[in-house]
Amino acid sequence: MTSAEFLEIAIYATFVMVMLSLAIAFIRLAKGPTLADRVVALDMMTVSIIAVCGVAAVATGVQALLDVALVLALVGFLATVALARFAERRDARNEDAAHD
Amino acid sequence: MINIIIALFLLLGGFFALIAAIGVLRLPDVLTRMHASTKAGVLGSSLILIGAAIYLAETEVTARVVATILFLMLTSPIGAHMIGRASVSGFKKKHVTGEKGA
Repeated sequence: MTSAEFLEIAIYATFVMVMLSLAIAFIRLAKGPTLADRVVALDMMTVSIIAVCGVAAVATGVQALLDVALVLALVGFLATVALARFAERRDARNEDAAHD
Repeated sequence: MINIIIALFLLLGGFFALIAAIGVLRLPDVLTRMHASTKAGVLGSSLILIGAAIYLAETEVTARVVATILFLMLTSPIGAHMIGRASVSGFKKKHVTGEKGA
């Protein structure tokens, strides 16, 4: 087996592993008992998609996919922060409603 | 030789991403799930991006990869901290009411 063949097999295997991690994180997103579980699963999916962009950049040689990864990291952080703040505010509001 | 190094980076990164996802699915509560997704997940995608940087071997690409990894490593603890703070009030409430009930 030459090294190029090994790289090709490794790209396929990595695609399978990363897609599997995306699917498993999606199961947690669907099941997650609380909102915080779902936010964690969504964060995990964003990181997995960044990994998919990296593998696709190696598989196709397209450099623009790494720009996609950078922008996805920025947007994923904003989404996580917004959802976490929303969860916190919602809990505080429910607590206030319970006290009244 | 360089192909083998790239392949090892990709396989290791994919392995860590898979471990992180299994951790998110299998661990018992939010705080432990968060621990799996932030540490192992960021390590996995960073390794894959480093593999891509070695494969493409250009200055602009490497700069982008370094920026992405730095950004991931800066922001994932902040995000995890915020999710943890949002979820920990629920934990506290549950434990306090549990003590009262007992």
